[in-house]
Amino acid sequence: MPALKVDNLAKTFPLKKPLFGAAPPGVRAVRPMSFQVETGETLGVVGESGCGKSTLARMLVGLLEPTQGTIEIEGRALDNADPAAFGKLIQYVFQDPLSSLNPRKTIRQVMEAPLKRLYHMPKPERDVRIAEIFASVNLREAFLDRYPHEFSGGQAQRIGIARALAANPRIIILDEPVSALDVSVQAQVLNLLADLKRDFGLTYLFITHDLAVVEAVSDRIIVLYFGAVVEIGRAESIFANPRHPYTKLLADSAPVVGRPLTAPEQKDTELPDPLNPPPGCAFAGRCPRATDICRREEPALTPMGDDQLAACHHPLET
Amino acid sequence: MSAFLNLLFRNRLAAMGAVVLAVIVALVLLTPLLPLQDPDITATADRFKRPLTDGHILGTDHLGRDLLSRLLHGTRLSLAVGVAAALIAATIGSAIGIVAGYFGGRIDNVIMRGVDMLMAFPYILLALAIVAALGPGLMNALIAVAAVNVPFFARNIRGVTVGLAGREFIDAARLAGMGHTRILLTELLPNVLPVIIIAMSTTVGWMILETAGLSFLGLGSQPPQADLGSMLGEARSALISHPHTSVVPGIMIFLIVMSINLLGDGVRDALDPRLRSGALSRPRATTLVARKGDIPAPTDDLLAIQDLHTQFHVGERIYRAVGGVSLAVKPGECLGVIGESGSGKSVTALSVMGLVASPPGVITGGAVRFQGEDLIGAPYAALRAKRGDKVAYIFQDPLSTLHPLYRVGHQLAEAIRSHHRVPMAEARARAIQLLHDVRIPNAEARIDDFPHEMSGGMRQRVGIAMALANEPDVIIADEPTTALDVTVQAQILSLLDDLRRARGLAIIFITHDFGVVAQLCDRVAVMYAGRIVENGPTDAVLAAPAHPYTKRLIACVPELGGGRRELAAIPGLPPMVDDLPPGCAFAPRCDKAQEACRTGDIPLSGTPPRAVRCLYPEELV
Repeated sequence: MPALKVDNLAKTFPLKKPLFGAAPPGVRAVRPMSFQVETGETLGVVGESGCGKSTLARMLVGLLEPTQGTIEIEGRALDNADPAAFGKLIQYVFQDPLSSLNPRKTIRQVMEAPLKRLYHMPKPERDVRIAEIFASVNLREAFLDRYPHEFSGGQAQRIGIARALAANPRIIILDEPVSALDVSVQAQVLNLLADLKRDFGLTYLFITHDLAVVEAVSDRIIVLYFGAVVEIGRAESIFANPRHPYTKLLADSAPVVGRPLTAPEQKDTELPDPLNPPPGCAFAGRCPRATDICRREEPALTPMGDDQLAACHHPLET
Repeated sequence: MSAFLNLLFRNRLAAMGAVVLAVIVALVLLTPLLPLQDPDITATADRFKRPLTDGHILGTDHLGRDLLSRLLHGTRLSLAVGVAAALIAATIGSAIGIVAGYFGGRIDNVIMRGVDMLMAFPYILLALAIVAALGPGLMNALIAVAAVNVPFFARNIRGVTVGLAGREFIDAARLAGMGHTRILLTELLPNVLPVIIIAMSTTVGWMILETAGLSFLGLGSQPPQADLGSMLGEARSALISHPHTSVVPGIMIFLIVMSINLLGDGVRDALDPRLRSGALSRPRATTLVARKGDIPAPTDDLLAIQDLHTQFHVGERIYRAVGGVSLAVKPGECLGVIGESGSGKSVTALSVMGLVASPPGVITGGAVRFQGEDLIGAPYAALRAKRGDKVAYIFQDPLSTLHPLYRVGHQLAEAIRSHHRVPMAEARARAIQLLHDVRIPNAEARIDDFPHEMSGGMRQRVGIAMALANEPDVIIADEPTTALDVTVQAQILSLLDDLRRARGLAIIFITHDFGVVAQLCDRVAVMYAGRIVENGPTDAVLAAPAHPYTKRLIACVPELGGGRRELAAIPGLPPMVDDLPPGCAFAPRCDKAQEACRTGDIPLSGTPPRAVRCLYPEELV
């Protein structure tokens, strides 16, 4: 049974109706998408700004109501009625560690909230549990009575992870958990996440824009473009052997030591406008392989080779 | 709390207000215990006694009642009513504001339109209408004054709450299983409380005045009960013949309202985080210079930073952000400066043109020479003539460096015209050419865009175009691609590379990304805790890093194509620059550190072009 199963999930943000005339069709932030995450797996989600990755994450934890589609966790369908039911199964680690902590609460108050509200745990049990969690994320218990502004970014992110762990979830959504951190600290947090996953049998959905990071931590990777899945594949092969031209463009754009500087695409390309989406494949305007069919028909996600799926009319050869 | 009081009483006027108010409050609290006459007993024979007559220090009023006694009792009543009205208005208004701001959408719309309707009436008319409906009386005046002030609190608090409600800690609380009521009370309220207090402290004086106004009109306290407004109202008819009966309550109203307002302004300044962080103290036009020691001799580089020291003086603490940095670029050369946050790389860049905010920034040593001429301590006019003309900057976030209300073409033309006297039409033609140069498609049309109409990559191109506007010799780029997507970053980097080759530009490129440095820069300098720990040609440094910090930092950076793996990390945190360890700043995190590393200054040494600041380097250079 998969840990997380998403079926036809989509989100459209309605636009304000003008005083005269009909309401515009709305912005399709996430187009209908389906995927599964196996228990114990890390699924990487990559994409550039505006590709819908944060909207997807917020729907998965119940902070945002989906327009259509279903979310199943370990076989049980989730509905938005009870946020506490969500909280026990799936938790969220935020991108900006400091803004995810209330500046006027001590770390102890922050840590106690999920234990009190989700598990109704009495005080002595809570103290024991908090001590256990803090030990597992390598934080000193002396930190518990301090306020968030006293911590560095790396420490605050560890507190954010500890808070997510306190709810004892099955799945943790990591939304750019290291992009606000310095590289030397980034590795500390990534390694901690790997240890926690092994110790607690967690399942991760790891959202980031950094290809090298996502490749280093994930089993499988989903590439998003303009609100839709364009490619799914194994982490070790998807960037080395992309089938979708956008995945190749991403891989070629990442600055790599020892590779000469080249602009991998024409300099005058513009991203598609979400208020006025192009028909057919959203990437066609930037794609060197695009033909008429691409500008007319939206390509479906189809299997290509082992464990790899791509949504492209003219996939790259391997 | 003691820090707040310190800040509050550093403001002389606020302290004065606090003293006056404390005296008045102490007096009215003690009123029942003082040996005063009954304020309501009339003695018509003694009417209109002058002040300082026997038995009546302040004299008597038109019914012969003791003015001092009436004044103190009246003040007591006026203060109580004013403060009560403020508390009621603050409670109801804040509750409305928090609820509207947190829930948003339709609830917000309905509530705020109701509040707008309340605000559409002139306040005194509204208060009069309320009193007319309820009947005169002090209690009804209180209700009227409170009701009239509810919209002020509701609007203020709603604005603050809307900003807070979108913050991530509210989402986190929801995921921790908290309900709406609990989030409102325990997450939002503590964060808006300072704003409520600020709003209250600045309005309570106003409310006392409003209550007095209603009493003056005979709608507040009813005879014989005295409050400040009704005392004034009763004395009005004798204003010319016996002015002391009006002057006494008048002075009291003046003292109360003035002291409360002075104190309230002080409280606001001390509590408001923006004002506290010095937003009111306008930074100087150039960074303060207080150089000690010798000034280094000129070199033949295009731009040379020589032994630069820049510090931040905050209270007692001294942050040594830049502790002796030397860098130089020649025409057509690209120098990378790499370091983590807090390593001093941006402060180094801003020091070049005296752009570090002062206070608290101070340049305490070294020189910055452009074509041999020292820019540190140069007069503002000389620096300004070079800013953007000879040395231009590109900043990280193009959205915050472009003015949101002007079209990009206007801003580009302004950049040109501030250095060269050219007609507007010519500047505009040049702006279009610049947008072409940075490869903005359809430049003739996009020149009239506002910044918000462009994508992040396009905005950064405008930022680069603006830096190029006056054909500078040096461009200092401070993380220009960090906020951009990788595909856009690749385009911007190749654009910068083309430009420097075509125009012989020197670029100082500040970044935290080794991949970017490797692709763009000829030489690289690695900074740690305000100092350069290693520099040399990019290929050599990346292939064989000599400083343990460089080596381990490179190992931390995951590289595409490496597969799934454990990543190297550097334990610990960079040191705070207000408390640097003696010797090597990296020693506490370094596994090769010896006793010698922790004592004395370690020089930057090696055979040019390479140098390293380490006693036990990984490679001999």
